[in-house]
Amino acid sequence: MRRALPIFVVLAGLLVAIAVVNPYFLEPTAFLAFVKRAAPLVILAAGQYFVIVSGEFDLSVGSLVTAEVVIAARLIDGSAEATWPVLALMIAFGLIVGLVNGAVTTLLRVPSFITTLGMLLILSGAVFLWTGGSPRGALSEQFRQLGRGSLGPVPWSVLILVAVAAAAVWATRARFGHTLVAAGDNDRAAALSGVRVARVRTVAFMISGLSAAVAAILLGGFAGVSAQVGKGLEFQAITAVVLGGVVLGGGRGSVAAAMAGAFTLEALFTLLNLYGISGALEPAVQGVIIIAAVALGAVRFPRARAAAAS
Amino acid sequence: MLSYSRRFLAAAALAVLTLPVAACTSDKPAPSASGAPSGAPAGSAGPADKGTGEQSKFFVQADYDAQMAMRKAQPTGPSDKPWEQSIDPQLIDTAKYKKAGPYHLCFSNAAVDNPWRQVGWKTMQAEVAQHKEITKFTALDAEGKDDKQISDIAELTGKGCDALIVSPNTTATLTPAVSGACPKVPVIVFDRGVQTDCPVTFIKPIGGYAFGAAAAEFLVDKVPAGGKILALRILPGVDVLETRWSAAKVAFDKSDLQVVGVEFTDGDAAKTKSVVSDYIQRYGKLDGVWMDAGATAVAAVEAFEDAGQPVPPINGEDQQDFLKKWSDAKLTAIAPTYPTYQWRTPVIAALKILKGEQVPKVWNLPQPAITQENLATYLKPGMPPLHYALCGCEDLPGYPEKWGGTS
Repeated sequence: MRRALPIFVVLAGLLVAIAVVNPYFLEPTAFLAFVKRAAPLVILAAGQYFVIVSGEFDLSVGSLVTAEVVIAARLIDGSAEATWPVLALMIAFGLIVGLVNGAVTTLLRVPSFITTLGMLLILSGAVFLWTGGSPRGALSEQFRQLGRGSLGPVPWSVLILVAVAAAAVWATRARFGHTLVAAGDNDRAAALSGVRVARVRTVAFMISGLSAAVAAILLGGFAGVSAQVGKGLEFQAITAVVLGGVVLGGGRGSVAAAMAGAFTLEALFTLLNLYGISGALEPAVQGVIIIAAVALGAVRFPRARAAAAS
Repeated sequence: MLSYSRRFLAAAALAVLTLPVAACTSDKPAPSASGAPSGAPAGSAGPADKGTGEQSKFFVQADYDAQMAMRKAQPTGPSDKPWEQSIDPQLIDTAKYKKAGPYHLCFSNAAVDNPWRQVGWKTMQAEVAQHKEITKFTALDAEGKDDKQISDIAELTGKGCDALIVSPNTTATLTPAVSGACPKVPVIVFDRGVQTDCPVTFIKPIGGYAFGAAAAEFLVDKVPAGGKILALRILPGVDVLETRWSAAKVAFDKSDLQVVGVEFTDGDAAKTKSVVSDYIQRYGKLDGVWMDAGATAVAAVEAFEDAGQPVPPINGEDQQDFLKKWSDAKLTAIAPTYPTYQWRTPVIAALKILKGEQVPKVWNLPQPAITQENLATYLKPGMPPLHYALCGCEDLPGYPEKWGGTS
């Protein structure tokens, strides 16, 4: 938990900075709007956390989000009755993609960034082939409500986010979470002490696929059909997780910090926007964060461990 | 030690992966006008009197003046077939290309990677299909890559084509390839130009300045003096989009409006909605929204709806989702267009050239704007949300099914 603290300080600092530029930000509606906007990325980061802490990567979530939204629009085609079956189908599709990623990575022993990079390309290629670059159909109003509407003053996406966050924290505290971290820290040792490494990692990929499905539901609801909705989300999610102090390569970090990392990234983008800094800078900022966070982690850690050992 | 090296390895792998993926996503944004962005992103403009910043490096006064004149000019040709019309045609003689049919037409396409090009490409295929004298039509898709298009053009010139249609991916890079093809086969260029006059004809709508000006003038007309305008652009540095904004800048600079922001959206609906929401928060309300392309106009409208505010005057484009929103929500709106019917014209031009009929050296097609008065004409229930209304495809065989619609 000590390792997670810095990110909360950074997040608080950024929120204060936003509030200084835009005092309206502290009002409940504005703040909820911010949380609502951050929700898909936070959910993706939570999913990505499970994969990263187990020692793997999931690069496929961005194109999975796009595929989900495009498929949903085509299948729903504006019809209210189709909404719930299609939502169920989206969840199932996310889980299946995760299962495939996990099975290929653990059973066939393909490195996960190759597996999921392949999945990224397969999904984006398939979407392009199927739609020809121009998605068809439309999402129903009922579907849109989840990402756009609210229950009283609280947006649905914020409620969904709270539920997802609670479930994620619960999962990391349960036995599953401990075995996952053990597998990420040293899979050999974990396996020798009875952890079914292949199974927990596959489940981690399925959680990531599930998080992509939920994020797709929220993003599609928020802004409607687009063939670019998931573009770059995999890197935003990984940046967020790394920013939260989770170690690439696995074994260390908390899911709360990973989600805080996603909020921080979103807050940073909001702040850049408030200062009128062009959105073209966002990828550059992300790149700097990834490199800096990983470099800092690699430099600082030996000392901390040496101290602990002595 | 083992875990260090693994961490470094992971970081290195991630860094390496970032590069190619970033490179391919930069091809993806879909400026409705055409394919890949060219040139490096320019720095964002600093504040000036009207908040519009510095004029774009791509702004050419003479081109701007010419396009403003063309907007007022009366096109010649059948008014029910705007794809056959032309503005100010300087006809040239094509007798030397005359030959007997049947014909083999070839087409080097920049890409079909966005809805605008999708609709256009289907329209062109349908136009080809209705001419019996075209017995063979060879088309190569460059997938948004200059190098592929250069080799595509070289390949097509060796295929015995009677005429070659080119929709260049970028202007400067494709110029030598087109110059190389000109001596071997009559070349027709459309959409984007090339920097040589060797093609027999160059077909284009009036252009980006006309698009940007039509939208900006509408806002100047509808928004009260002092009103706050938000300008949304897809991305900087792309000539066809820079011209749209630079013409709008000219109009706003002459007006009493205040441009409170010029933002880039990457053509992404969620980002557009977020940016507009941010501005509504910051300024309490906005009095007008200018957009350089219509693909995300509906997202911008929804940002106002979700904030519980009336939607101010706004411009979109001729895509069905926007037209439907306009009609349903009774917006004050205009939709300048970059008509997809221009994909019919190159086929018609090729046949004219091969029959030895005169064609304009620069074939300027009319570029109408959809207004409140003619909105109902262009709103086509049953067509997909991203269909472009000015496809000019309604009379072609296979409409509406081939364009994804239902009758």
